[in-house]
Amino acid sequence: MAPRNDVSQGQVAYVNARLLDPAAGLDTAGGVLTDGEAITDVGPGVTKKKAPKGARIVDCHGKCLSPGLVDIRVELGDLAATVEAAVSGGVTSMVCLPTPELVIDDMSEVEFVARRARKLGLAKVYPYGAVTKGLEGKELAEMGLLAEAGAVAFTDGERAVADAQTMRRAMSYASTFGLMIVQHPEEPSLAADGVMNAGETATRLGLFGIPKEAEVIMVERDLRLASLTGGRLHIAHVSTAETVDTLRRAKADGLNVTCDTAPPYFALNETAIGDYRTFAKLSPPLRAEQDRQAVVEGLADGTIDAIASDHTPRDEESKRLPFAQAAPGGIGLNTLLAVSLELYHNGHLSLLEVLKLVTSAPAGLMGLPAGSLKEGAPADLVLFDPDEGWKVDADKLVGKAQNSPFDGRPVQGRVLRTVIDGRPVFEPDA
Amino acid sequence: MAKGGKDNVHFPHRHLLGIEGLSPEEISILLDRSETYVNQNRRADKTTPLLHGRTIINLFFEDSTRTRTSFELAGKRLGGDLINMSVATSSVKKGETLIDTAMTLNAMHPDVLVVRHPHSGAVKLLSEKVNCAVINGGDGSHEHPTQALLDALTIRRRRGGLSGLQVAICGDILHSRVARSNIHLLNTMGARVRLIAPKTLIPPEVERLGVEIFHDMNEGLRDCDIVMMLRLQRERMHGNFLPSIREYFHFFGLDYEKLSNAKEDALIMHPGPMNRGVEIDTDVADDVGRSVIREQVEMGVAVRMAVLELLALNPDNGGNA
Repeated sequence: MAPRNDVSQGQVAYVNARLLDPAAGLDTAGGVLTDGEAITDVGPGVTKKKAPKGARIVDCHGKCLSPGLVDIRVELGDLAATVEAAVSGGVTSMVCLPTPELVIDDMSEVEFVARRARKLGLAKVYPYGAVTKGLEGKELAEMGLLAEAGAVAFTDGERAVADAQTMRRAMSYASTFGLMIVQHPEEPSLAADGVMNAGETATRLGLFGIPKEAEVIMVERDLRLASLTGGRLHIAHVSTAETVDTLRRAKADGLNVTCDTAPPYFALNETAIGDYRTFAKLSPPLRAEQDRQAVVEGLADGTIDAIASDHTPRDEESKRLPFAQAAPGGIGLNTLLAVSLELYHNGHLSLLEVLKLVTSAPAGLMGLPAGSLKEGAPADLVLFDPDEGWKVDADKLVGKAQNSPFDGRPVQGRVLRTVIDGRPVFEPDA
Repeated sequence: MAKGGKDNVHFPHRHLLGIEGLSPEEISILLDRSETYVNQNRRADKTTPLLHGRTIINLFFEDSTRTRTSFELAGKRLGGDLINMSVATSSVKKGETLIDTAMTLNAMHPDVLVVRHPHSGAVKLLSEKVNCAVINGGDGSHEHPTQALLDALTIRRRRGGLSGLQVAICGDILHSRVARSNIHLLNTMGARVRLIAPKTLIPPEVERLGVEIFHDMNEGLRDCDIVMMLRLQRERMHGNFLPSIREYFHFFGLDYEKLSNAKEDALIMHPGPMNRGVEIDTDVADDVGRSVIREQVEMGVAVRMAVLELLALNPDNGGNA
């Protein structure tokens, strides 16, 4: 559906829904009333009968209505295609990573991203700023100015800030302004030749492995640096049992650290690579089954604060290569909701708990005006059926890139409508 | 003796991409067929025109002399038309992808592609894009199935079988496709496999492939029937795997002293090319009583003839028509 940026929506009453607002702990029958770009009423009292005169009525037929999803780890690639993929997955806000193509170490780039995304009128895009100039891990980027321009937190994206002194200074300096550093936790020297998780599967395939210790070593170091500097640290895409344990202990000790994971790390393990499937080549690599289970536990007990899709669009040319040469990364916006709902369908989390991990929790981490149905909040909504089954077919996903690690997977949970600032921006083809 | 579809020998795979997953029966079919070619290759007239009119392309993305020559002889002795394509003369260096190369060659209707590539899995990827039989001539550190078959044939002819033998594979296991193919084949055929190497050259969790691991040559070689040495891939040694060649030879080079732990009639094998004085003492390598290294080369041609024949004449690849 083409976005209608210019049309004022007036009042719309979404009635007869199962309301799910994780920020308020609300799971009840009811509705949402919006006026223009904002939510003006919410709860069991919003019904067809009580809707204000002139309000357009949208009957939700008992399906789930929740805040739009918030995805805090997205590589933009082709921006127009990516925001389309986002709304097809119910994602209404996302935070985009610096990449070698879009470094975001300069204020102009922050403004460029925000302006282009606003023009498209689909998912709202908030940029991360780079920690270091050119993502080279040496000199600090202008974090203070970048933050003033709109960068919500700081990261070198898919590159770890590897040098300990640089990381120390970055955390220390960022904390001057109350800014958060997001680390891709991987000790580069241990990962240098590796293309998948080290272990039996890699040995059988004759591929060089990245030991899972490469992750926890970096996490443990950074936790020490966080203590040393008082800096605010967030660990991205946790993938190993050791990292979950380490972060669980750090949190119990009162350290101000948070973390997220991505669907591949709780839904897949290294065997998804099978006979050299490059769509399953990710960074960090898919790990062993016991790691996957530990990540699920970390989500269930609250050690892991949020789920981000780790959306990494890659073209066919960069994936149709021998495994070692293929680019790592998988798309995830389209399947974020459905794969996350597996945690609910498999009985690990309640529906509200799953939604919290993809709405209010990530919004809270990044300080975004999103992830809530309270009065005055932006009318960013997703209507979905948590039970409807479908099969992921990478070729048919909305967007340009097709490199889904979930290609062929049967999932449950379909987005029925996505609303941004009161405007309907996505409905699936019948 | 009747050959080539006439006596209904059937190998039920379109390609030979690796040993892993082959059954003992399938391996035996290949070895039995190879056996007949050993005899043929010792005659003055070494040819049978079974593959007359068939096109075989040796597609080598990595330097090789012996494997390429061995396949070339094998193809020619079967009467096939064989051409060599090596990376230096191909368009791959001009930026053409592996897939493009595969599609281009496929359009020329070859019957068999023999492929060697420096990356694990590349041969499998290529096999998905072509309509002909594909033989893995070695892919990265993954598999080198015809090497394992020729090793097995050599052992079988000397020892009458493989089952129950104690085999030690020594050296750079980490980088070795030969080791992986041999581990799969020997385990499948009922031999017991030991790996002997310093810890930096042992791949993670390799014991799950059903092998015993040793880090001491004297212990590891004790009572072994077969000693397989691997070439130390010095070109891949830039990553601090070993302090020096001298130290490596001292602890892991095969000399008479270490060899004395093995059975008295233990066979010494090496896939070549050897680094004399690095992984193997030159006297041991040339010991005519125990070293079967040259015999391995001979068996190589026979094995490749058998593989070419059985794949080219497989009904799924166009059969005997």
